[in-house]
Amino acid sequence: MIKNNARRLFLLIFFLGPAVIVYTIFSVYPLLATMSLSTFTADQSGVRHFVGLDNYILLVIDKDWRDPFWNAFLNNIWFFIIHMLVQNPIGIAIAGLLSLPRLKFRATYRTLIFTPTMLSVVIIGFSWNLILSPLWGISEGFLKFLGLGSLFQPWLGLESSALITIGLISVWQFVGIPLMLIYAALLNVPSELVDAARIDGLSHLRIFFSVKLPLIAPTIGLVSILTFVGNFNAFDLVYSIKGALAGPNFSTDLLGTFFYRTFFGNQLQLGSPTMGATIATAMFLIILIGVCVYLYGIQRRLERHSF
Amino acid sequence: MGKLRLLKIALAATTLAATMAAAHAGNLKIESWRNDDADIWNSKIIPAFNKSHPDIKVEFAPTAPKEYNAALNARLAGGTAGDLITCRPFDASLELFNKGNLAPLNDLKGMANFSDVAKSAWTTDDGKTTFCLPMASVIHGFMYNKDALKKVGASEPKTMEEFYALLEKLKKDGTYVPLVLGTADQWESATMGFQNIGPNYWKGEEGRNALIKGTQKLTDAPYVATFKELAKWGPYLGSGYQAQTYPDSQNLFSLGKAAIYAAGSWDISTFRAQGNVPLGAFKAPPPAGQSDCYISDHTDIGIGLNAASKNAADARVFLDWMATSEFAEIFANSLPGFFPLSNAKITVKDDVAATFLSWRGECKSTIRNSYQILSRGTPNLENELWNVSAQVINAKMSPEDATKQLQAGLAKWYKPQQ
Amino acid sequence: MKSKFSTGLIHIFLISYSLIAVLPILLVVMNSFKVRKAIFGTPLAFPTAETFSLVGYVKVLGNANIGFYFFNSMSVTLISMAAVLLFGAMAAWALAEYRFKGSDVLALFLSIGIMVPIRLGSISILNMMVSFDLVNTRLALILVYTAQGLPMAIFILSEFISQIPRDLRDAARCDGVPEIAIFFQVIAPLLRPAIATVAVFTVVPIWNDLWFPLLLAPGNDTQTITLGIQQFIGQYITDWNSVLAALSVAIIPVLLIYLIFSRQLISGLTAGAVK
Repeated sequence: MIKNNARRLFLLIFFLGPAVIVYTIFSVYPLLATMSLSTFTADQSGVRHFVGLDNYILLVIDKDWRDPFWNAFLNNIWFFIIHMLVQNPIGIAIAGLLSLPRLKFRATYRTLIFTPTMLSVVIIGFSWNLILSPLWGISEGFLKFLGLGSLFQPWLGLESSALITIGLISVWQFVGIPLMLIYAALLNVPSELVDAARIDGLSHLRIFFSVKLPLIAPTIGLVSILTFVGNFNAFDLVYSIKGALAGPNFSTDLLGTFFYRTFFGNQLQLGSPTMGATIATAMFLIILIGVCVYLYGIQRRLERHSF
Repeated sequence: MGKLRLLKIALAATTLAATMAAAHAGNLKIESWRNDDADIWNSKIIPAFNKSHPDIKVEFAPTAPKEYNAALNARLAGGTAGDLITCRPFDASLELFNKGNLAPLNDLKGMANFSDVAKSAWTTDDGKTTFCLPMASVIHGFMYNKDALKKVGASEPKTMEEFYALLEKLKKDGTYVPLVLGTADQWESATMGFQNIGPNYWKGEEGRNALIKGTQKLTDAPYVATFKELAKWGPYLGSGYQAQTYPDSQNLFSLGKAAIYAAGSWDISTFRAQGNVPLGAFKAPPPAGQSDCYISDHTDIGIGLNAASKNAADARVFLDWMATSEFAEIFANSLPGFFPLSNAKITVKDDVAATFLSWRGECKSTIRNSYQILSRGTPNLENELWNVSAQVINAKMSPEDATKQLQAGLAKWYKPQQ
Repeated sequence: MKSKFSTGLIHIFLISYSLIAVLPILLVVMNSFKVRKAIFGTPLAFPTAETFSLVGYVKVLGNANIGFYFFNSMSVTLISMAAVLLFGAMAAWALAEYRFKGSDVLALFLSIGIMVPIRLGSISILNMMVSFDLVNTRLALILVYTAQGLPMAIFILSEFISQIPRDLRDAARCDGVPEIAIFFQVIAPLLRPAIATVAVFTVVPIWNDLWFPLLLAPGNDTQTITLGIQQFIGQYITDWNSVLAALSVAIIPVLLIYLIFSRQLISGLTAGAVK
C-alpha cells in the first residue's frame, strides 16, 4: 500500500510537475509580485514604503483617479456589449449556415472568415487606420460608389463613434473564435435528432432555433465568458490605433490602456508601478467577479448535454 | 518512449543553441526613441566617431517613440539597458537620475561647451548636477509649399491676421488643403498648435516662469487667446482631420496636396527624404500690432550615461566626442531640423533649417511651458494639454473651458498655483 | 425552387462576409506592389504596368534581417508550442485521470492564467530573467510563452482527454502496461487532433506578440519578426511602399501556416475538444 502511494505520488509529480513549475514561476509568481506592489508607494528616490490599502482608497475616492477609472470601466463594458451584440450573433449565424448539410465551399468560407484572427494587431491597427482614414479615401470612395458618400465621417476621430469603431474592428478580427467553437459544437449535435426533426417537417430555421441552439447553450456560455475575459484584458488594438492616451478625450480608454499609461507613464507623465499594480489588481478582481458570476450563476443552469 | 526522448533532446539542443547565440556583447549600446534616425547614425555619425576611435564599437539601438519610456524603464529596472541613454527633457530624465539610473556628468570635460540654458533641461532643481549632455533643440514654426503660395499670389504672413487671410485665399482657391494638422494623435494639437503659436501670447520665458512662480494662471488672457486662435483652425484643415494621424499629416504635405504645415523643425529631414515639395518656412506670426516675437526653441534631446554601464570609461569618451564641434557639424547637417546646443559655431547647409535657425536672432526663444516642473503631478499637465488642445480644434470644447480644466488640474497639486 | 433560392441567399451572405474578412488584407497586399503616387491616387485599383513597383520589398528585404527574424520567430513559437502541448497534455491527463485531494483546487489554480494577462507581471519577469542571466535569449521568451499558453492548453486538453473512452486505458492497464507508457503510447497519439486547437489559442498570440520580445529579447540577434516589422514600420512610417510591403511580408507566413493547419483545426475541434 505504501509502495502504491509512493508510486502514485511519483506519477503525479511526473505528469503535473513540469507544467506546475513553469506556470508557477513565470506566471503566478510575477502576478503575485505585482499584487503585492499595489500595497506600496514609492518616494522620489524610488524607495518603496508599505501603505496598506491606501492606493485602492485613492483609486476609488480621489477624483483624478476615480474618474478615469470609471470612464475606462464603463468604456470596457460598452466594448463587451458591442462584442456580445455583434461578434457572437454573427459567429453563431455563420456557424449555423456553415453547418447546414450539403453546403458547397464550406471549407473555403471557414478559412477566409477566420483569416483576420490570425493577424497581429500591428497589421490590423495599421490597415484599418488606412482604410478608414479620410486622407486615403478608401471608405469614403466606397460609400460614394454606393451613393452614400454623405454618410462618411472620420469615425475613428470622433468622440461619439471612436469606441464603437474600434469595437467593430475588434469584432472583425476575433469573430473567428466564436465561429469555430460554435461550429464545432453544432457538428457534434447528433444527426438522429436533426433527422427526426426533419421528418417531423421542421424547417432548417426551426431546427436551428428549437433543436440545435438549446443543445449548444453551454458552448455559447463558454464563448461569452471567453469574450468577457478577452475584452476586459484588451489593450493592443486601442494602443496601436489611438495611442496610450486613448483619445479623443479618453473616449476609447479601456482598463488595459489606463493600466499601461499609469504603470509605464506617457511622454511627461512618469510611470507609477505601484498605482499601475493597483489598477492591475482591480482588473483582476473585476474579471474574477465576472467569471464567478458566470460559473455559479449561469453555467449551473446550462445543463451539459452529453451526446 | 522513443519519441519522447527525441523530443527532449531536440528541446535541450535548441535551448542550448538559443542561449549560446545570445552570449556576445561588450560594445557601447545607445538607447534612443529616434528610430527615424537609425540610418544616419549607422551610416554617418558612428563611422565618423570610429575614424578617431577605431577600437570602440558603438551600436545604435532605437525603440519606437511610443514604447521608449516604458521599454527603457523596464530595461533599467532589469539592468539590461544600453550604456548611453537618450534623455527626454526635464522630469522624465530627472526621475531616472533621482532613482540612480543616470550617472552625474558634472566632471565631463565636454560639458564646458554648453551654456547653462542648454543644460537646464537636464540639471537638478538646485542647479548643482547635470546628468545628460545636451544634444539638440527643435524649433516650431510653419513650413509651406512654395507652389501653393505662388498659385494664390501670396507671400509669407507677418501677422496672425495675414495668416488667416492667406488661409482664406487658399481655401477659396481649393487646389490645396490650406493647413495641415491632425487631431487624432492629440500631441500634434498640443505641440504643433498650442506650443507653436502660444509663446507670442504669453511672451515666452516671461509667461512660462510666471506660471511656475504662480503669478500667472492658465485661465489668464494669453492662454485663452492662444486657444481662441486654435479654435479658428478647424475650417482650414483637411477633411476628417479628427481622424488624421501624424503620419497622415506628413503624407498630406509631402505629397504636395497641402499648402501650410504646422511644423516642428525635425520634420525637415522627413520632407527632404520624401521628395519634391518646394519648401519654405515662416515663424509663428505674432498678433497684429505686437512688435516683438517669440519662438518655441525647445531643448528636446540629451544623452546620458547609464549608471550601471560596464563600459563607463568608453561611454565617457563617446560623450566627450559628442560635445565637439565635429559632432555638432555632422549632426546638424545629416539631420537638418535638429539644432545642436553646444557653443560651437556651425554652418547649417539646409536652407529651410537655416531659416528656422535665423529666427533665434530675430525673436526671443522659449521652451514648451508644460515641460519644466508643471507636469510632475496628477493630473498630468502635458496629458491634459494634449486632450484639451485636440478638443478645442475639434470644436468640442470652448477656449475658456479648456483653460479652466487645465488650471483646475494644475492647482490641485501645485502649491504656487493654489 | 424555394430551396434553391434560399441556398443562393446563404451563399450571397457567406460570400459578402468572406469579402469583408479578406478585402482589407488584400487591399494592403495589393497596394504594396504599387508606386507611392498610385497608392494614394487609386487605392482600389489593381497594380498596372505603369503603377507596378517592388520598391517597398527591395527596401524591406534589403534593410531588415527578415530571414533571421523569421527563424527566431519560428524557433520560439515551435518550441513553445511543443512545450505547451507536452506539459499541458501531461498535466491535463493527471488532472483528468488521477483524482486526488486538492485536484479541483489545482485545476482552479492552473486556470487563473486564462483570466489574467501575464503582461501584468512584466517587471518581475524581467527581474527574474536578469537574475537567471537569460535576457536577450530565445529561451526567456520560450519560458514565458510556455507559462502563458499552459492554462488554456490544459483547459482544452482536459476536456479532450475526458472524451477518450475508458476501455482503452483500462485494457492497457489489464495488460500490465505502466502508467507512463499508457500516456505516451495510448493517449498521446489520440491527442493529435487537439494540436491544431491548442495551436490556434497559443501559437497565434505567441507569433504576434510584441511586448515580451521588446522587453526580454530586443537584441538584434534575438528579435522576432513581429518586433522587427514593428520597428521597421516605426522607422519608415511615412514611406507607405515600405510599410505596406513590410505588412505583407508579416502576413504571408502566418497565412501559410494557417492554411496548413486549417484542416486539422476543425477536425480537432469537432473531435470534442471544446464544447
